[in-house]
Amino acid sequence: MECVFGLVGKDFTLVVADTSAVHSILVHKSNEDKIMLLDSHKLMGASGEAGDRVQFTEYIQKNVALYQFRNGISLTTAAAANFTRGELATALRKNPYSVNILLAGYDKETGPSLYYIDYIASVHKVDKAAFGYGSYFSLAMMDRHYRGDMTVEEAVDLADKCIMEIRSRLVVAPPNFVIKIVDKDGAREYAWRESVKDVPVPAA
Amino acid sequence: MSRRYDSRTTTFSPEGRLYQVEYAMEAIGNAGSAIGILSKDGVVLVGEKKVTSKLLQTSTSTEKMYKIDDHVACAVAGIMSDANILINTARVQAQRYTYAYQEPMPVEQLVQSLCDTKQGYTQFGGLRPFGVSFLFAGWDKNFGFQLYMSDPSGNYGGWKAAAIGANNQAAQSMLKQEYKDGITREEAVQVALKVLSRTMDSTSLTSDKLELAEVFLSAGKVKYQVCSPESLSEMLLKFGLTQPPAEAA
Repeated sequence: MECVFGLVGKDFTLVVADTSAVHSILVHKSNEDKIMLLDSHKLMGASGEAGDRVQFTEYIQKNVALYQFRNGISLTTAAAANFTRGELATALRKNPYSVNILLAGYDKETGPSLYYIDYIASVHKVDKAAFGYGSYFSLAMMDRHYRGDMTVEEAVDLADKCIMEIRSRLVVAPPNFVIKIVDKDGAREYAWRESVKDVPVPAA
Repeated sequence: MSRRYDSRTTTFSPEGRLYQVEYAMEAIGNAGSAIGILSKDGVVLVGEKKVTSKLLQTSTSTEKMYKIDDHVACAVAGIMSDANILINTARVQAQRYTYAYQEPMPVEQLVQSLCDTKQGYTQFGGLRPFGVSFLFAGWDKNFGFQLYMSDPSGNYGGWKAAAIGANNQAAQSMLKQEYKDGITREEAVQVALKVLSRTMDSTSLTSDKLELAEVFLSAGKVKYQVCSPESLSEMLLKFGLTQPPAEAA
């Protein structure tokens, strides 16, 4: 089942998510990217109802882009987090979205940051966070091994520890994960951790 | 002849003009003037108070300067009742932005949102445009200190030094001569008072005919400060813009 987690390192933020699209007991797909590039320096890792997740993160992405076109400047990570929270809060009493979000970003003035936003519209600025069944294991691992001054290699090593723990302890562990990073050079995909590959089937 | 196109604000004349908008700008030419100057460490606004009667009691300490948000203030020239409406919408916009993003609104966005409102009245409905020009002084983290000037048509622009109201063209050309890049706030105050004193109709400048407000950074926070009449009198004396009281001479 779903595992999304992230942590803030020395001068970057790292977000990891599983890549399984699941319905009931069936796995439909194991290369579904759940971490969206919100803009050049923001990542949005999301878990929750599949349809809501795509719809909502895309809605936020488009609004962040609109802000940039209108005003010629981009939103800070804090502003984007509060905007996202606001949208979830207004939706909450009408037709709520069932999405939990980890918003990672890098700003010139404030450096790297990570925001925890859940579907009942709360926002917290955190150093490390996790959503889903995987959170029981990844939070424990991060509590034990996390430091504020970690390098990218150390952070990725910790992410691998979390993934190993999920794979070995969680009954419904997803097979594949994607790791993304945002730092002063921008947001980008860092690596995949795959134990199952989708084999392309030639057309009949 | 132009009467045919006066009644509706939203109708172009055959020469391609909007008379009501032009008349609104004309109305501002009779109002008390205001000058704004950008300096490297702050923005200075000075305004001329038109003393209509000495019996009149003013309810607020300032009648031309208004604080929009913690980081933006404005000076007004034109019809005050129109200005009050616009100042209110500006304040609402600034708070709405803070509510949505938990951050102060960038100054240009605030100016633009207000100018969008102004523009609307030159295009829609059978309403008249707002007879107000503004000088906005503010600071934000993207572009630092900024000064904007807006007119009734909804046009706005960023300026290093600008003047609105009576004799604004004379003031503007004086500012062009007096302004130097990289001046300090104190120097900006001096220039602003000097230019205003030269362009005002009254012969001697006194603190009860003037208003001075500054936007600057103090301990990392934006501060809006209105100068007291006492220190304004002192300053006028120091810069040699007013005669010392008769007893002292």
